[in-house]
Amino acid sequence: MFANFDFDVIRRSLGYLFFDGMTFTLTLTGLGALGGLIFGTLIALMRLSGYRLLGRIAGLYVDLMRSLPLVLVIFWFYFLVPYIGQWVTGSSRPIRVGAFTSSLVTFILFEAAYFSEIMRAGIQSISKGQPAAASALGLTYAQSMRYVVLPQAFRNMLPVLLTQTIVLFQDTSLVYVLSIPDFLGAASKVAQRDGRLVEMYLFAAVVYFAISCFASFGVRRLQARIAIVR
Amino acid sequence: MIEISHVDKWYGPSFQALRDCTTSVAKGEVVVVCGPSGSGKSTLIKCVNALEPFQAGEIILDGIKVNDPKTDLPKLRARVGMVFQHFELFPHLKIIENLCLAQEKVLGRSHDEAMAKAAKLLDRVGLKDHARKYPAELSGGQQQRVAIARALAMDPIAMLFDEPTSALDPEMISEVLDVMVDLAREGMTMMVVTHEMGFASKVAHRVIFMDQGEIVEDALKTDFFGSPRSDRAQKFLSKILSH
Amino acid sequence: MNYHWNWSIFFEPAPNGTGTYLDMLLSGLLLTIETSLCAWIIALVFGAVVGVMRTLPSKAASRIGFAYVEFFRNMPLLVQLFIWFFVLPEIVPQDWGLWLKQMPHAPFYTAVIGIGLFMSARVAEQTRAGVNSLPRGQKMAATALGLTTAQTYRYVLLPMAFRIIMPPLTSEFLSTIKNTSVAITIGLIELTGEARAMQEFSFQVFEAFTGATVLYLLINIVVVVAMRFLERSIAIPGYITGK
Repeated sequence: MFANFDFDVIRRSLGYLFFDGMTFTLTLTGLGALGGLIFGTLIALMRLSGYRLLGRIAGLYVDLMRSLPLVLVIFWFYFLVPYIGQWVTGSSRPIRVGAFTSSLVTFILFEAAYFSEIMRAGIQSISKGQPAAASALGLTYAQSMRYVVLPQAFRNMLPVLLTQTIVLFQDTSLVYVLSIPDFLGAASKVAQRDGRLVEMYLFAAVVYFAISCFASFGVRRLQARIAIVR
Repeated sequence: MIEISHVDKWYGPSFQALRDCTTSVAKGEVVVVCGPSGSGKSTLIKCVNALEPFQAGEIILDGIKVNDPKTDLPKLRARVGMVFQHFELFPHLKIIENLCLAQEKVLGRSHDEAMAKAAKLLDRVGLKDHARKYPAELSGGQQQRVAIARALAMDPIAMLFDEPTSALDPEMISEVLDVMVDLAREGMTMMVVTHEMGFASKVAHRVIFMDQGEIVEDALKTDFFGSPRSDRAQKFLSKILSH
Repeated sequence: MNYHWNWSIFFEPAPNGTGTYLDMLLSGLLLTIETSLCAWIIALVFGAVVGVMRTLPSKAASRIGFAYVEFFRNMPLLVQLFIWFFVLPEIVPQDWGLWLKQMPHAPFYTAVIGIGLFMSARVAEQTRAGVNSLPRGQKMAATALGLTTAQTYRYVLLPMAFRIIMPPLTSEFLSTIKNTSVAITIGLIELTGEARAMQEFSFQVFEAFTGATVLYLLINIVVVVAMRFLERSIAIPGYITGK
């Protein structure tokens, strides 16, 4: 069945696939998750702050992001980020933004909506007595969040946060629509250059599958360990 | 009617839930099974209609071996009624539909026939007016009476009760026990796991006392309440009856 | 911001001769809806079957279900679409491959099957969670009445499980709609694709994307409202979901 296929093309392009492509994918995943978590936590805090307006704005942002397909959001920010940059820097024309920056901004802002829902659930899962005990000890709101509530929420939600990061890892492949050479983009470039679509796409599938499987196996083990500690 | 001989059951390799249990229930006999929690009494009664598998021994139900791979279990189970601690009515079906489901799907009765039977039994347990309601709209005692009616709708040759009153509020216990007493007096073969010693002394023929998976005592009612032979049974009885 | 807004662009004729730019977006919306509805049917059917398999006592069935879910969950949807679209025709016997390549509307069928199977893994997980959330006694009660395993699922477990997982299924359906946009990579010009085309023809980037955004928000609202009605119409009187 695979007689006319040339799997050597994979070996020949390994360097490009992993040093360029996979590095891009993993960096985007890592920074996207980190930024998404930070922004997401802020959004969750806004929603739970008790200030009506602040909560409403945060809620609208989350609902908007969660209603839109990631592909559309990628296009949006690809064209919008230069204008945002112009506005921030005060330059006279839209600034040029690299593919990496543009996709990083996209993923941070998009994932923040999803991470915020996880963190919100995490914060709400902490019993009301905890912040009460913290304020009874004289901690301010910010201190009780920083030292008491958020660490526990983060710990409880770690498996869910990591699972979302695996989803993010898979979703980064969608930067393909901007012709950016992430791992899949790199594989696709080689595939089209050498006319080896079957080999390259199968290889890409195997690599994504292996990494995701391995990561979700790790999350399951972590979950089991946390369950025992509790 | 029910012959239980030398039944052993393990959960996993280390925990033995039933140890060499042997007893029987004759036709028309009412047998109460009691014992402290975790003594294996619920497990034993669930072995009778093969809801729980067991590893050694055998159970024969109306001449049919329960743990024979060739036995048609659904058919056998349909002939034995069972009532559970938590009622287990089907929440998405109306009361009358709860009574009809198995009549139609298992016994193949026509809808009209099933409905007629269901209506008659609901009347009998005093819930005729609730036929069109859903289980969640009834009180616990009412739900358990429906559950008994549901089991009776299958025209069972015997009834198994697994702690039928343990999940009920105290004021609802008697309405369920009344139905069970009537059933016993009509000559139904019954095996009842319960702590209701009042029920036992009123209608039971025999009482079985279990502890740690073993049948410690299997005696006629009068003997059991008069002078239980084992210490464990005495201790258990004094705890239950002292209130 | 030195961007020239032109909101009337929607009513100007599009260069592809099929009407205005608004018509373009609306035809994309229609394709998005068609694709996601077809994919959702596949997701529901396969997801329900696989999810049920994962709850069966049979180790083999539950392992096959597990493997199925892991297979479709651990590859990006985009990669899966590429496999169906580019790889499949090359690795099947030659005449089948030829037939696949010459099939009209190939992007549509590929998207329906690819997205449907991708989502079925997630529907399977929800189905499993729903069935497992039911009290163990429900299955026992059905079994004790003599229902077979298939009947137990059909009449007792699944009707309840699907009511319980209605809210998460709603959001999985919304995901299906959103995921339809991934198919622009295999040439399906659905809503996002039409917005992109409008942007390329007219250079009015932000109007085009705003149009698509508004339409996506509308679909979301319609689906959420419709599902709320559905949930209410199948709600069971007296029964509180999510106890």
